Amino acid sequence: MNSSKILIYDGSFNGFLTAVFTAFEEKIDVMDIQTHSQVQNGLFSDMETIFTQVEKAKRVWNGIRKKSYSAISKIYFAYLSEMEGVELMLYRYIRKLMGSEKEGHHDFSDETILKISQLARSVGREKHRMEAFVRFQLTRDEIYFCNIEPDFNVLPLISKHFRNRYADQQWLIYDVKRKYGIFYDLQNVALVSLNLKEIHFNKVHKSDAFLNEEYDYQTLWNDYFKSTHIKSRINKKLHTQHVPKRYWKYLSEKKEML
Amino acid sequence: MNFERIQEKLNILADAAKYDVSCASSGSNRKNTNKGLGNASKMGICHSYTEDGRCISLLKILLTNYCIFDCAYCVTRKSNDVKRAAFKIQEVVDLTINFYRRNYIEGLFLSSGIFKNPDYTMERLIAVAKKLREEEGFNGYIHLKSIPGASDELMYEAGLYADRLSVNIEVPTVSGLRLLAPDKKHEDFTKPMLKVKNELVRYQNERKVLKSTPKYAPAGQSTQMIVGATNETDKDVMYSATFYYTQYDMKRVYYSGYVPVADDERLPSLGSQVPMLRENRLYQTDWLLRFYGFSVNELLNHEHPNLEMDIDPKLAWALRNLHYFPMDVNKVDKRLLARIPGLGMQSVSKIIKARQFRKLNWEHLKRIGVSLNRARYFIICDSKNWEKRDLDAERIKGLILQNSQGKFRKQYNQQLALFN
Repeated sequence: MNSSKILIYDGSFNGFLTAVFTAFEEKIDVMDIQTHSQVQNGLFSDMETIFTQVEKAKRVWNGIRKKSYSAISKIYFAYLSEMEGVELMLYRYIRKLMGSEKEGHHDFSDETILKISQLARSVGREKHRMEAFVRFQLTRDEIYFCNIEPDFNVLPLISKHFRNRYADQQWLIYDVKRKYGIFYDLQNVALVSLNLKEIHFNKVHKSDAFLNEEYDYQTLWNDYFKSTHIKSRINKKLHTQHVPKRYWKYLSEKKEML
Repeated sequence: MNFERIQEKLNILADAAKYDVSCASSGSNRKNTNKGLGNASKMGICHSYTEDGRCISLLKILLTNYCIFDCAYCVTRKSNDVKRAAFKIQEVVDLTINFYRRNYIEGLFLSSGIFKNPDYTMERLIAVAKKLREEEGFNGYIHLKSIPGASDELMYEAGLYADRLSVNIEVPTVSGLRLLAPDKKHEDFTKPMLKVKNELVRYQNERKVLKSTPKYAPAGQSTQMIVGATNETDKDVMYSATFYYTQYDMKRVYYSGYVPVADDERLPSLGSQVPMLRENRLYQTDWLLRFYGFSVNELLNHEHPNLEMDIDPKLAWALRNLHYFPMDVNKVDKRLLARIPGLGMQSVSKIIKARQFRKLNWEHLKRIGVSLNRARYFIICDSKNWEKRDLDAERIKGLILQNSQGKFRKQYNQQLALFN
């Protein structure tokens, strides 16, 4: 029997899948899977650095997908939660999935299975929220621009939605927390990183990066938002449950509330 | 853009449209064609929420609030002294496109007061939708109101551009309608509904033969009923809803607690409370009918014409039918699981999957998300520790209420507090 090991990977999803491949192939007793930037030594365990190989990652991806389409998307969603220790949980999840005749990922009485499925759900919720809460502002150079600050790393998940919907306008969605964005140039979506002088959340103060017309539409939208309230039914608690306060600074209709 | 002018119109015409509770953008699957603008998301997206907690998904406005009718419950009725305005067709189109491009909305919900006559009004609504689709290449969501009394030809045309069509019957009983909207006949509402339903069926059949059949109102029809304006019972409301679900294939029936907008002796007085708890119980009943396999006469019938306000309708049903319980969650089929109080359809589906691996106990059920406070009196699982006392319905209800905090508890406790 092999002694237990900590696998170190480069922090990419392909890197993680390569680690899973290696663990299966070499029958490693995995003690943990960590990114190289946050390595913590285990007292009694060896470490092995994994070099990302797209070929191997692909084999893992395809293998899981063949077993269950819903499982592969759960794994990817849960991975993007960036939760500490999620890699090891995912590894256990994959072992359960691949090791059982029955559909092992349906065993909701198992703590790992349930947890991964709940994590995937949270990330899914955040993805849906970002599809809703993006507020584009039209810049002088005709790009619809938006800053976001999601709880989880959902940019890779929302790219397709925005590409399909806004196929005839240039747009850029930038994650200020993770310091990268996705930019659509009417042909393709590309990853970009910017050196932002200021973060353009929907401030009351006007920036000259935008035309006056942009601010007119924001005013109209804010007015519209206000006139939708029915005063005799006000329910602030329900309101903040649906639109949590941490998102408010990026929503033009809520900027006055801050 | 004449900003001030548009701003004023928007304020008037959005304000008048807000009493329509429907804001759904789901159920359609329009694709973005030829790299144009927009598509419809199958599950719908709520882009924001009002301060009363309702979803804002569409730009919901009236084309105009001039109206020839004088329905007592309506804020834009002829006799009401409010500011009137009307949008030009191009103005609505521009607003929609510019809001949409900024990701504020899923699309447009266009309704209108009735000016001149129903057909004239319906034509205007269709003109907006047509312009959006054909001139702007817009594939987002469009919800048009079917104007009561509009002709079949126009209803046919409306479905070619809209994703969803709706007529609000507003008053659930025919006698109530006669009282509150004497100018309108019941048939005015059902005629456009029937036309749309028939077209939906026809298009569905044609699509089976020819895949390229164009879309006709892919998100179907919906309607709305005001509750608490006349003295209708919950049974009246839900039987009427069931009628529309089955006879007209409604996708949704909405229930809207009456918000007093007029001083009229036929109606609850201004300042009286909106029946939000009742509305909530009606929606719960609606869900039980559509997703949980209940039929309406199990929940509401001659002996029980009204829902209980202090407990949810499924629990109320279970307490009246204790002979079905306790059920063994490790054995009974999906249909029965769905009838256990405290279990939602999510939990039901997880239980069915999980119990293939092992027998589930209380701990498993709790982690899966079952509300044990309610469920524990109605189930047995893989544990010796289950409710063995022979409790009657009143006692179970008391125990459940004791250990929970309903969000509306304050409302129905006020009455009790008077006597303390």
